[in-house]
Amino acid sequence: MPAGFTVADFYYILPEIILTAGALLVLVVDVLLLKRDSDTVVFGVTIATLVATAVAVLSFAGVNITVSAGLLAIDGFATFFKVLFLLSALMTVLMSAQYLRVEGVRAGEYYFLILCATLGMMFMASGVDLITLFIGLETMAVAFYILAGFLKPSQRSNEAAVKYFLLGAFSLGVLLYGMSLLYGVTGTTSLSGIADALAGSERTLVLSLALILIITGMGFKIAAVPFHMWAPDVYEGAPTPVTAYLSVGSKAASFAMLLRIFIVGLPGLVDDWQTLFWILAAVTMTVGNIAAITQTNTKRMLAYSSIAHAGYILIGVAVGTERGIAATMVYLWVYLFMQLGAFAIVSMLRRQDIVGDELKDLSGLYVRKPIAAIAMLIFMLSLGGIPPTAGFMGKVWVFGAAIEAGFVWLAVIGVVNSAISLYYYYRVIVFMWLKEETLGSDIEIGPAVATALGIAVVGSVLFGIYPEILFDQAQIATEMFGSAVSTAILQ
Amino acid sequence: MSNADFPLLSLILFTPLAGAILLLFVSKQNENLIRWIANITVAIGFLVSLPLWFWYDSSNPEWQFVEQASWIPSIGAQYLLGVDGFSVLLILLATLMGVIAVLSSWTAVQMRIKEYYIFLLILQTGMIGAFVALDFLLFFLFWEVMLVPMYFLIGIWGSDNRLYSAIKFFLFTLVGSVIMLLGILAVYFYHHSVTGVYTFDITRFHELNIPYDLQWWIFLAFFMGFAVKVPMFPFHTWLPDAHTDAPTAGSVILAAVLLKMGTYGFIRFSLPILPEATQAFVPAVALLSIIGIVYGALVAMAQRDWKRLVAYSSVSHMGLVMLGMFALTPVGITGSIVQQLNHGISTGALFLLVGVVYERRHTRLIAEYGGLSSVMPVYATVFLIMTMSSIGLPTLNGFIGEFLILQGIFVVSKTWAFFAASGIVLGAAYMLWLYQRTMFGTVTNPKNESLPDLSIREFATFVPLLILAVWIGLYPKPFLDRLETSVDRVVSRVNTDYTPRFARGVAPAVGQADTNRVIEIPVRAGAR
Repeated sequence: MPAGFTVADFYYILPEIILTAGALLVLVVDVLLLKRDSDTVVFGVTIATLVATAVAVLSFAGVNITVSAGLLAIDGFATFFKVLFLLSALMTVLMSAQYLRVEGVRAGEYYFLILCATLGMMFMASGVDLITLFIGLETMAVAFYILAGFLKPSQRSNEAAVKYFLLGAFSLGVLLYGMSLLYGVTGTTSLSGIADALAGSERTLVLSLALILIITGMGFKIAAVPFHMWAPDVYEGAPTPVTAYLSVGSKAASFAMLLRIFIVGLPGLVDDWQTLFWILAAVTMTVGNIAAITQTNTKRMLAYSSIAHAGYILIGVAVGTERGIAATMVYLWVYLFMQLGAFAIVSMLRRQDIVGDELKDLSGLYVRKPIAAIAMLIFMLSLGGIPPTAGFMGKVWVFGAAIEAGFVWLAVIGVVNSAISLYYYYRVIVFMWLKEETLGSDIEIGPAVATALGIAVVGSVLFGIYPEILFDQAQIATEMFGSAVSTAILQ
Repeated sequence: MSNADFPLLSLILFTPLAGAILLLFVSKQNENLIRWIANITVAIGFLVSLPLWFWYDSSNPEWQFVEQASWIPSIGAQYLLGVDGFSVLLILLATLMGVIAVLSSWTAVQMRIKEYYIFLLILQTGMIGAFVALDFLLFFLFWEVMLVPMYFLIGIWGSDNRLYSAIKFFLFTLVGSVIMLLGILAVYFYHHSVTGVYTFDITRFHELNIPYDLQWWIFLAFFMGFAVKVPMFPFHTWLPDAHTDAPTAGSVILAAVLLKMGTYGFIRFSLPILPEATQAFVPAVALLSIIGIVYGALVAMAQRDWKRLVAYSSVSHMGLVMLGMFALTPVGITGSIVQQLNHGISTGALFLLVGVVYERRHTRLIAEYGGLSSVMPVYATVFLIMTMSSIGLPTLNGFIGEFLILQGIFVVSKTWAFFAASGIVLGAAYMLWLYQRTMFGTVTNPKNESLPDLSIREFATFVPLLILAVWIGLYPKPFLDRLETSVDRVVSRVNTDYTPRFARGVAPAVGQADTNRVIEIPVRAGAR
């Protein structure tokens, strides 16, 4: 063993190793096989990789250690998020098969990039050092830049990729500058080291600047207002499954990173960032919801709705208490099911003659494919927060956390926005259920998309009626997060 | 609490849902089979709810038929069901109206029949759930669940303006509901801060003493949720559109049951949990109720659409209900509850009556009708009885409710009683005028000359309502007996001049549970 490494370092990143190996295997298989065989085989290899990685992650459940000389933490928090990423990757891959076939795109490199993005996300969940987090973020971001532009003939896809790349690179630069300032002040990049160095120190101009820059950089990634401008265009232009994964996986990973940095690394500055996140949450929810009202393109509408949901999740971050963090995690889980489900339906609408991402393309869906219409109804209700769906339980937790911490006005803004959001979710329902004209050729639901839809529906309904499992896991994960949470924040 | 040996409430609650799930598997071609299954399901639902009437112990002040199961322990939410007299009556009203609504749709709905009955059955479960839930989160779940099937019922099977009316109903009610959710969470966290226990158990909340300032805000939050449903002026604007554009069965359920959820909410939650705030809000609520009574009646008189007229009459009637409730006297609250039942019976019948002619002529304009009593005599008789019930003619149910309410508010404020009485007079005016325009005189429109009278099935939907109207009008005692403990519980919390007649946790003393007791007017301390 080279100096400084131990066996434990490699053992505990087994999931990531499996993922990397699987990704490389996908590339190799794709090159070696002929086109008509390769798509199904690489699909199978990707699914197998994801499942194997998930098994590896779950085998470490209950562990709470730091490896690689304090660069990575394998704890309940990381496990929670890694399973989330793997499930969303799985559902994305499931819905991609049919979509890619219609678009005529070679699947091998696509799946490789999805796995790379997942790898980046896993490091963002595990990282407890600024450098690790940044590397994870960068890996994920680069994979997504390419994925966004994957439909080479489509102008919108190219535009989406360039826009995302430019704004992403810029925001990453800002983030890195903030991180470097933090390093300059504290002399370490380890989050716990930063927390120790800052303990009891005064707030200085440099620290405030670092805080603002980090929030700005992260704000871009989670598409909070006013850093959200890229989201609607990128979501609309990118291939639908990529949009789905971007809106769920990338957002969840960024939130995981956000929680680590602020709760573990900067608890001393809580007074500053709590106010900033409060404002960010309120503005994000409101702007996202109001902008979504006028949209006629389903993907753009879902993009703005996803911005609004980032706002609800930010409430949990702003609150900062244990319940707030647990609420954030719960919300991200339920958000996974409803968002991926909704995008699965949209991706299903892409046929030979129709792009299918306008709202009017959903018209008469109940007449053509009642199961799909029922599923989309459940997703829309879940997104809007109507019981007995999972979305409702997520919102109850988030608003409950806000009220418990005394942020009543934030909760009021949250519920009013929830009510507003149902207006545009119901527009989808009106098109599907209340209108009977249908456009374009028949819709087919392949077994892969059907599986993805099934998982999404089960998740949305199960956690709405019986959310106990989810709440338990979130609380366990929060407890393992570390005591840095409670003392500084709960006055 | 009296725990149930047999999960009666769960049975009542899930019977309609079971029917809905069963219907999922029936092919949509089998139209008659679908209708039969739906009707049998609600009939069974009503039959299993009848034991509540017979087995409810009027002398026992505790919650009865209580069922408790763990649901979400990590936040303290339980699957907790239970009833008192008030909920028993409302559940029976809901199940009965379910039977009537489903039966009345037999020929009225001809398209997408399977979905129609499935939504109607899911709606039924939601309504019953809200009446039996003793866990606040569970209650809120059922409260919101009701909105979705109602939206579809209006939006798919409604008339002309249905898309607008449906989304207006949905969003209006939803905004109120989500604000109410914040109130619920506030009470929940306050309870934790006082007792250290996380729970949504309503029976625990009834024992809380929340500081006045917090009470005030929570009352406002609850008010938003319940006032929209009642509906109180000025949150009533969704009602005329929703009622008018809904299909007949939808209107019947909406008027007969859904509106009662608002008043149920006030009596079950706002009054007992927030007594000081209730007292503080009495003038404001009374003002809004009086405006609702008078304004609703005046606007009803100006309507040319038959259904819209009945819809506005609902606003007026519910204003009287709220006024009786906020008198905070036992007679007033009893009258308010009885009038809620009466409103369900009479307005439900009125909407059915409109539905009957609408099915025949496909118009709701009053001017299109006239002299129908000679063409459809049975229909005219039923209409007359229900009109009188709505007006409050003695010997029919309306009189009992109105009299009790007037008696209850007279001791509080003569001004209120004056306006309430004027509302009753106006009610007579627009209802009788409606009756005259549509039923009396000669048949002015040739299209009305050969309208068929009520069929057996249609008449069957009115029979229970007619029986109830006469029963409550002549012998309301069984209903009033069952209400005693509920009213006692609420008034003892909210009215400081009132001495509770039933002690909690202790059986009433010998001689206290006198079944020949007349409802007393409490004597104000110091007044003589």
